Amino acid sequence: MKVRAQIGMVLNLDKCIGCHTCSVTCKNVWTSRDGVEYAWFNNVETKPGIGYPKDWENQDRWNGGWERTRSGKLQPKQGAKWRILSNIFGNPDLPEIDDFYEPFDFDYDHLKSAPTMTAFPTARPRSKVSGLRMEKIEWGPNWEEILGGEFSKRSKDYNFEGVQKEIYGEYENTFMMYLPRLCEHCLNPACAASCPSGAIYKREEDGIVLIDQEKCRGWRMCVSGCPYKKIYYNWESGKSEKCTFCYPRIESGMPTVCSETCVGRIRYLGVMLYDADKIAEAASVEGKTDLYDAQLGIFLDPNDTEVIEAARKEGVPEEWLKSARNSPVWKMAMDWKVAFPLHPEYRTLPMVWYIPPLSPIKNAAEAGKIGIDRDMPDVSSLRIPVRYLANMLTAGDEAPVVTALERMLAMRGYMRSKTVDGVVDLEIAKRVGLDPLQIEDMYKIMALANYEDRFVVPTTHREQVEDAYDLRGGCGFTNGNGCSTGPGGGKLFGSRRLVTPREAMK
Amino acid sequence: MHQFLFGTLPYIALSILLIGSVARYERDPYTWKSSSSQLLRRKQLILGSVLFHLGVLIIFFGHLFGLLLPVSLYDALGVGHGLKQGLAAIGGGVAGVMAIVGGVMLAHRRFSDPRVRATSSGADNAIILILIAQLGLGLATVPLSLAHMDGHEMVNLMNWANGIITFDGEAASQIEHTAMVFKAHIVLGLIIFILFPFTRLVHMLSAPVRYMWRPGYQVVRTRKGRA
Repeated sequence: MKVRAQIGMVLNLDKCIGCHTCSVTCKNVWTSRDGVEYAWFNNVETKPGIGYPKDWENQDRWNGGWERTRSGKLQPKQGAKWRILSNIFGNPDLPEIDDFYEPFDFDYDHLKSAPTMTAFPTARPRSKVSGLRMEKIEWGPNWEEILGGEFSKRSKDYNFEGVQKEIYGEYENTFMMYLPRLCEHCLNPACAASCPSGAIYKREEDGIVLIDQEKCRGWRMCVSGCPYKKIYYNWESGKSEKCTFCYPRIESGMPTVCSETCVGRIRYLGVMLYDADKIAEAASVEGKTDLYDAQLGIFLDPNDTEVIEAARKEGVPEEWLKSARNSPVWKMAMDWKVAFPLHPEYRTLPMVWYIPPLSPIKNAAEAGKIGIDRDMPDVSSLRIPVRYLANMLTAGDEAPVVTALERMLAMRGYMRSKTVDGVVDLEIAKRVGLDPLQIEDMYKIMALANYEDRFVVPTTHREQVEDAYDLRGGCGFTNGNGCSTGPGGGKLFGSRRLVTPREAMK
Repeated sequence: MHQFLFGTLPYIALSILLIGSVARYERDPYTWKSSSSQLLRRKQLILGSVLFHLGVLIIFFGHLFGLLLPVSLYDALGVGHGLKQGLAAIGGGVAGVMAIVGGVMLAHRRFSDPRVRATSSGADNAIILILIAQLGLGLATVPLSLAHMDGHEMVNLMNWANGIITFDGEAASQIEHTAMVFKAHIVLGLIIFILFPFTRLVHMLSAPVRYMWRPGYQVVRTRKGRA
């Protein structure tokens, strides 16, 4: 048993209102720079839709993630090492920037500087890459917002597999949900495996996956390797960049920016202990639908004394073990089994999990014809087809998703009867396999969602493993080339002079 | 002048190549990259880039073994001068055509595509043209070689290259009477050496062959043990 700790995230899609505050605050902090205008480390997609970049879930097209070979070994779906190296001069699986969207800005200045004209001046779009006029914007970030565009195009959504999707194009049967996406900080990251330079690494102490900007050579294999398409090639710097899980904040015990600013309070952060020795075995189980269970099998119970002993031996700090015992992620993923990994079939063992959304009951049920199972509606009468959610979260296995939805409905029923009727409905709790205490804890964490219940993030104890004397005079987080702003003027090797925020604001 | 170009310039060029590359790797690792523009435009890149890189790699190793190994080694192996020259001319010719076709495709893409043109630096634009010129000069030597197949000229060039790497002060005299095309090819080659650390060419020093024997797929870093 090799105990490792990771800060995992759960997103409660049942409460996501699609406001994009997470995306915007993330963008302001991390990607408001040249070369990554098109990159959204966090984005929110409206489902059903093909998403961003286009059709990212279709691995027959993009070849992201892992595949299990006939001998039972895992290899990146884009090919084994020699195959990846042989594609280095031209990567056939790399998306083009148009698959994300060509970044643009508007000629706002024209509104002020236009001469007297018969027509009112307008701010027309201009490409941020080539600087040329763009006559028509064909695609952009979140182009499918709130079911924008024709159903025929949106229904290419990969999660419709095995669903009779035609009827969902009809107005009466239409459904939608939001899917906020960020890097999954996988236990078995396909990006790191695909990087020929070895620049992408997983941090042992908190599981965050990062790209060493000084070691990245821009071979761009990670972009095609990641099945979630959450690695972005910075066309200005020639290096790949990705979500950093706001590691400078996490290290000091603060939630990521996207979690902190989430107005719907849907995001949870907590420590998960896992057995690093079991990763390879879990990621290579044969059946697609067994991958969710296999990943559950890697997680270690933070209350188990054996686990605690082993973790101490591995040098996991005491505060982390305490946080693991209070981890909201553990409760939702393991105790209540209401959270699921996004697309476990990619075999990356993702660590950002999702609680499936409940949805309104279809008309027929409302009219009393079908689907009310005593005082709780039948989940198959919900507007979002269970199969659709299962394709997204459990590789198509509907049973776990049904259980999760029923537990969420039971929580509502239980609390309604308790607060409105003043009756503790033990029956409803028992029917979904929970006890009243668990349901009340679920209510506290999932419905009330207080700040300290959502974010249980211990600080990183760097003082235990690093000699601070060696770090003196350092400048903390920088974007390449150390912390010297250097002498002004051109630089010998073509790098840009580092501009401090104060200089930039002048 | 001859002594400077073929006796002194090689050392200046190699010094700049070596010291410049080390300095850049050490001082400016963030700029050390391949500068791929495939994300911005896929068109023409895959075919052009594969042709260009494969051709250049063959030529590079051809020059490496053909020029730097001592003449005596080939003699000992029983490879005749004429035969070796023929191999070099034909192999180099085919690879040269591949590389120049790919190079022209890449240059056309670089200068005609609005996205790639807007994001290219002066060094990017210059280096592709210089490389195409160098490939052209290299190909121009092929008919010359085929005209006299005794391998005499080639042996002179090998002796010069061997002389340079063994610090023989008389090396330049070996190619005093060599045809102008060869001389131009050598001088331009030395200029490329000088430009090397200041352009994207440095990415060839980072050719990620170590990936093949990196244990497993995953990379994990820890702060432990740094204390």
